[in-house]
Formats: sequence, structure tokens, C-alpha cells
Amino acid sequence: MSTADLAELSDKLMLSTVVLYIVAMVAYAADLGFGQRRRAATEDAESVEAEAKVLVASDGSDAGVAHDDVPAAAAVADDSEEPEYAGRREIDWARLAVVLNVLGWGAHLGVLLTRGLAADRWPWGNMYEFLIAISFAAVTAYLVVLARFKARFLGAFVMIAAVIALGVANIWLYERAGGPVTAALNSYWIAIHVTAAIIATGAFTVAGSATILYFLKARYEAANATGTGVLSRIPSSEDLDKLALRVTMFAFPIWTAAIIMGAIWADEAWGRYWGWDPKEIWSFVTWIIYAAYLHARATAGWKGRKAAILSLLAFAALLFNFFGVNYMFSGLHSYA
Amino acid sequence: MSDTDVEPDAGIEPGIAAPPERQAAQDVPRPKGMGPIGWLRWAWRQLTTMRTALILLFLTALGAVPGSILPQRGQAPEKVAQYYVDHKTLAPWLDKFSLFDVFGAPWFAAIYILLFVSLAGCVIPRAVKHYQAMRARPPAAPRNLGRLPQSASYETDEAPDKVLEEARALLKGRRFRVDTGGSAVAAEKGYLGETGNLLFHLALLALLFALGSGSLFGYRGNVLVTEGDTFVNSLSRYDQFNPGRSFNAGDLAPFSVRIDKFSAKYETGGDKRGLATDFGAKVHYRDTPSGPEKTADLKVNHPLKVGGAKVYLLGHGYSPQFTVRDGKGNIAFRGSVPFLTMEPRNLTSEGVIKVPDAVPDQLAFYGILFPTAVTTQDGRLASAFPGALRPAITIASFKGDLGLDSGTPQSVYKIEGIGKTVQPLGKKGQKVLMQGETLKLPDGEGSITFDGLKQWTSLSVNHDPGRFPALFAAILAVLGVATSFMIRRRRVWVRASAAEGGRTVVEVGGLTLGNATSEFDDIVAALRGPDEEADGPEGPADENGHDGPAEPAKAEE
Repeated sequence: MSTADLAELSDKLMLSTVVLYIVAMVAYAADLGFGQRRRAATEDAESVEAEAKVLVASDGSDAGVAHDDVPAAAAVADDSEEPEYAGRREIDWARLAVVLNVLGWGAHLGVLLTRGLAADRWPWGNMYEFLIAISFAAVTAYLVVLARFKARFLGAFVMIAAVIALGVANIWLYERAGGPVTAALNSYWIAIHVTAAIIATGAFTVAGSATILYFLKARYEAANATGTGVLSRIPSSEDLDKLALRVTMFAFPIWTAAIIMGAIWADEAWGRYWGWDPKEIWSFVTWIIYAAYLHARATAGWKGRKAAILSLLAFAALLFNFFGVNYMFSGLHSYA
Repeated sequence: MSDTDVEPDAGIEPGIAAPPERQAAQDVPRPKGMGPIGWLRWAWRQLTTMRTALILLFLTALGAVPGSILPQRGQAPEKVAQYYVDHKTLAPWLDKFSLFDVFGAPWFAAIYILLFVSLAGCVIPRAVKHYQAMRARPPAAPRNLGRLPQSASYETDEAPDKVLEEARALLKGRRFRVDTGGSAVAAEKGYLGETGNLLFHLALLALLFALGSGSLFGYRGNVLVTEGDTFVNSLSRYDQFNPGRSFNAGDLAPFSVRIDKFSAKYETGGDKRGLATDFGAKVHYRDTPSGPEKTADLKVNHPLKVGGAKVYLLGHGYSPQFTVRDGKGNIAFRGSVPFLTMEPRNLTSEGVIKVPDAVPDQLAFYGILFPTAVTTQDGRLASAFPGALRPAITIASFKGDLGLDSGTPQSVYKIEGIGKTVQPLGKKGQKVLMQGETLKLPDGEGSITFDGLKQWTSLSVNHDPGRFPALFAAILAVLGVATSFMIRRRRVWVRASAAEGGRTVVEVGGLTLGNATSEFDDIVAALRGPDEEADGPEGPADENGHDGPAEPAKAEE
């Protein structure tokens, strides 16, 4: 295929991704809203298997167990339910959502592949591609969390984030596939440094979604509410807190590595490994606040709400590092 | 680690759990009537609490922010100067708080030094304790194993001694450190997690020292070199030179670099037209004046290592070549003059030619270079492409005393004293010169010819002895933090006691720092063996006493 064909294919896949994510988002929301009224226990072999993998794995039955099954199967397992009205089978929103999500993820992967092939380089050379890659990493991180911890309640929120990110990218940042990059980006370090930053950002996004839910749920719990709303169906605030921590603990070392590999690249390209460029400052700030969060989480008096505030602050710094720094300050990272 | 760990910990996570002495932030008793030493001890304990560390971490982050908002001397001194012009009253105040040099500011140093002292004050004693704990025997079994987060018990026909011996072998096989005391086996594993945690923090300390020593003993300089010119590494050749505090100018390695040819590739179409996709210079260099001459391609991302320093190609621009004849017809200047880039996209550049040797009057010219000159719709000149496809220079001429003999240093990019000692030559002294064209100055003052174009490169030279120690420390930090998050310390106790009917009651207890894994269940299953699965009065009840919340999965069921 020619570059132009690939570019066109990539744009079509992008459209498919956005549409699939939007429909998945609606399905997830429907699942949260009225898919879980009763989860009758079934004798289904699938659900027995599913019990072995319990969310957040705090009981010790999960971590370290290899999960070969696709996310869809894991999530679907506990969803066999009796129809609410006799004779009419309810739509299985959960299954639909996860299937759409996985399809969208495949299209998303296709966007990146075709863009990479069209330009014959890593498909994160400009802000548009970077944002697509980060949202891809976030969706991937969510699917991993879904498979491991059955955190389907996060689906709707991660889809919202992904759709917003892709929307912003396509409306304001669009660049045709196959475009060139500045000389400074012609380095194998882009494969290492930028990839690590993308993975970490994706995972931090999932942690951030869990933390926002934590605040909502904590307030709901504090109010001692006994409703049947969406908030009653998501896990307890303590579990959300744990989930956010686990994902952050995955992302933090990667973020650390991304900063250090950035420093090595900076040493090759600009003649210094650390020069307090705005991007460097804000990745440092982000790193410091996440470090503070991890320490706070380990300190008795700071657990819970205070730590969660730090986590959100860190996520805000991360977002600012991506948007604010590139558009408000001029620095060496201003490739946009 | 102290024995308090044996208590089921309050949901604190693996790897990042603070030791008890740091947890007790608020409980440090205020000294009553203690002498200065008492106060010092109190202050030290305050400083090394986690709460203080958290506040210092937060202050470090907060303190770094102005560095990105306000222009910084280290990065862009010209922007600081501009800020002074734009904010006449505010700027001196900001400067009083070192806000134009945040990362060299005393208050910023105070924050991070306190942070690192706090860190050292926690980590070093903790490392000592960890070392002792690693060499100590695993803690003896608590009295009631059933109260541990993970526990199980069953009965068997085997003798207690045999059971313990089997447990010992099994746990050893699983690479636990095992100790037998009385009627119980104590085993412990996963010390690497804490090792990683300590390694991470110690590596950060090492990183700080590496950064500090690098900036103390290193140097950094910038120089602009036109094609054909040679740069010899000496102080006088630098346009800008920042030595470390302990750097001795005599330590400059005597290498030289000659820029033979600079070439750049630009994108020729699309909306990124003009983007430099590749640029580099062919250079000859010598490590020492008498050393052999070597060649290299100097490119972005490909610095040149020479004489213990690194030479980087940072930027590029044009150096037009001129011949200036004075009023007597003699050649008063011939050579290239670097022009500074005014707009980076199409490399419109400006520069000044000073000709102090011209007689009867000294001459000076201000020129704007358009590498690919086009006429815009409103009739002005502009550059349409950064490559030199159709170079043109607008020249404005001046004559008079350039003030170069006064001894006051001058910028080579600016004509001083216009309207005072230096007078413009009016309309007749202005012209757009294409390559090869000559402007004859009015009143027989001479002429200027635009001979051709060369390109300059801006080189950054630096020597940083802290580079490799810093890299090493950084790698250790990443390895340490990853290890500390992946490996958690686990303890397992097995107690066997004789019961009625010649049977043996086996109790197994497990304690994991942070979230438990399925390892405990595997161990219990292995201890019981395949045949005895159905024997026990109760199965593995690993959620006994678990202080964790109801599992979210249950919320879904």
C-alpha cells in the first residue's frame, strides 16, 4: 500500500475507533445503570472459574495467576443472569460493552500501525499521534485491569476519557499520517523514552479514573446512602483506593524510567541531561507528587482522602505537562 | 524491622510501608525543659518523620513550578532581560527571591537539602536495621496463628516432628529462610523488596551527589563556528562560557574542531514545508594540537566526543560573505559574517558588518538576509524557504566612529552610537543585494559586495564528570523502585502439636507485608499433601481475621 492509502486507512480506522468507543461507553453506562440489579449466582462453570479471580486480589487468590483468557471472557463470566421479565431476554450490556471496547481497541491499534507504516517511523512524532498513543495506552491499561481485577465499573469512565482525548486530537491537533518529524526526533530514543512516557501516562489515567470514583464513592459512603444508583454498584471506596494505588505502583517505575531515558536522550541531543526545560520541570513535578502520594499512602495519618488528593494533583500535573507545557511555554520539547 | 510488623498491618501496602518510627509523626513528645541537645534530638526526629518528608516533597514540587513560568537565567538570559523591560517594578522583586534562577536559589537548595537530609535520616538507620534483620533468625511464631491474616489448620496422622521436618524442607525448597524453634517452624522470604526500596532511596542520594559534582567540576560553553573555520578549545573562543565553581580554566582540553561543510535537508512540500528533517556538519578534529586529524559527522543526536568533552551541534544559520571597499578603493574587509536567525521557520536573519579599517570614514552595515527571497503581496521582501534558493540581503549603510577603539566591549551583532557618532547614509546607502551584486555607497565612501553564503553552526561544548555516576545512580533507582514494588516480604509459621487419638494438629499462619498472594494457599496445600485434602476439620481459611474490605467482586455479584 502506498503512503497515501495507509494514511487514508488510518483515518478510517480512527473514525471506527471513536464510534466503537462511544457505543462501548453507552453500553458500559447502561451496564452500570441497570445491568447489575441482580447478579444471580449461577451454576455456570464459567462463573466458578471467574470467582478465582477476584477484583483487587486483596484476598490473595489472584496476583501472580496467569490470565490467558481475553478480557471479554473474564468479564462476561459473571454476567449470566436471569431475564428480568419472563419471556424477554435483557440485553447483556456488559458483554456488549466489552466486545465493542475490544473491537475499538483493535481499530485503535490499527490507527497506530498504519500511521507508523505510512511514515516509516514510530507513530508518536507529533502531538496528534502522541495523544492517540496515550489514549491507546489508557484503554490497554484498562483492559488489563479488567482482565486481572474485573474492574468493569471503570469502563464507562475510561471510555469517556478516551473519547475526549481522541476528540481533542482530531478536532484541534490533526496531522495527516506520514508527516515528517524534526531532525531532533530522528533517534532510536523516541522508541524508548516516548513509549515509556506513553505507557505510564496511560496507566496513570486509569489510576486517575479510579481515584475520581474513589472520591464519589467515599462521599456516597459518608452520606450513608442506601440507593440503587450507579454509585451503589461500584466497589467500596477502599477497594477503589487500592486499585488506584496498584495501577500507580505499576506506572511510577515506568514514569521514573521515562524521565531517566529522557535525560539520556537529552544528553545526546542537547548536550545536557537535565536543563530545567519546562517539560523536564513538569515531569519532575509530576514525579515528585506521585512519590509524595506513594509515601502518603504508606503513612497512617495520610491514607485515604489526603493521599487521593495528592494522586489527583499528580494527575493534573501530568495533564498540564502534556497540554500546558506544549502550548503555553516555549521549550526544547515544543515540537507541536 | 521491628516486631510490631507481626501485628496485622493496617492495610499498608507492600514495599512502600513506612517503618513505625516514621509513622509516629504526631506522637513525638515535645521536650520539656530539655537542653539544647534535647531540642536538637527533637528537631532531628521531626525532620525525619514521614510527615515532614511529605511536606518537603510537596514544597520541592511547588518550588519548581515558577521555574517553568518565569524565564530563567540558566536557560534564556535574553528572556530575563526582556522581562525586566516589560515588568519594571516587579522584576527586581522577583529577582530578590531568585525567581529568575529558581534551581540555583538558596531557598530551593534549602528545600531539597532538607529533603535529602530527612531521607538520609530515615533510610540509613533503616538500612542498618534491614541488614541486621536479614542476618537475624526469622521471628518466632506468634502464640495464636489463627489470628494472622492468613491461617489454616488441619489434623494428620503423622508425628509432630515429622510434620515440622517436612514443613522445613518444603519452605526451604521454596527459598524461605527457615528456623525451627520448639514446636514451630518460622520462615521468612522477600527481603529483596525492602532492599530495593532502600536501594532506590540511596540511589537518589547518590544521584544528587553526582549532579552536584558534575556542576562543580564541569563546564559548558557555546560557540558559533562558520564553515571553514576552526574552533580551538580555549576560553577566549567561547561566546558564552559557564564553568563549574571548582573548574580550573587550565583544565580545558586543548582539542580543535574544524567545520568543513554544513548541510541541511528541509521538507519541500506540505504543511511542514521548511522543517529541517536532517542537518549535520562534516568536521575534522584533533584531540591535541599535535595529535592526528580525524573526521566525523556532527549531527543532532550524534555528539562528538573529543578530549574528554562532548561537542554538540545545536543550531545553524547563515554567514553571508562580503567584500567592502573603502573610499580609497582598497579592500577594507573581506570575509563572512554570522547573521542571527530572526524567524526560525524560513531563516530570515539579521547581522551587522563593521569595517573599522575603512578610510577616510569607518563603515558599518546592517543587513537582513532572506535565504529564499520572495516579494509578498504588499511588496515587501520575505523568505519563503530556509534553504538558500534565492538569497537576497537588504543593506543599510552607516559611517562614522564605530567606537571600537574606545576599549568598551561591543556586541558584534549591533551598531553602537547610531545618530551620535555613527550616521546613516540615507536612501542611497540602502539596497537589496542579490548574490554577486554590489552597492556603491554615496559620496564615494566605497562599496559593499555580497559575495556568497556560508553557513554557521552553533556548538555546545561540555564536560561533566558527574554524567556516568548520575546515570549509574539513576539506573539503580529504577531497578530499586521496581523491585520494591514487585517483591513483598512474607512470613510463614507452621506449628504441630499432638492431639487426642494420636493425631497431630497442624496450624499454619501467614503474614505478608501488603496484599497477600496465593502462595500461602499453595504452601498449605503442599503441606497437607494430596491424600489429606478431606481430613481437616476446616479448610484453609485464609480470610480469617483479614482486615481487608469486602471484595469489590462481591459488589458485582
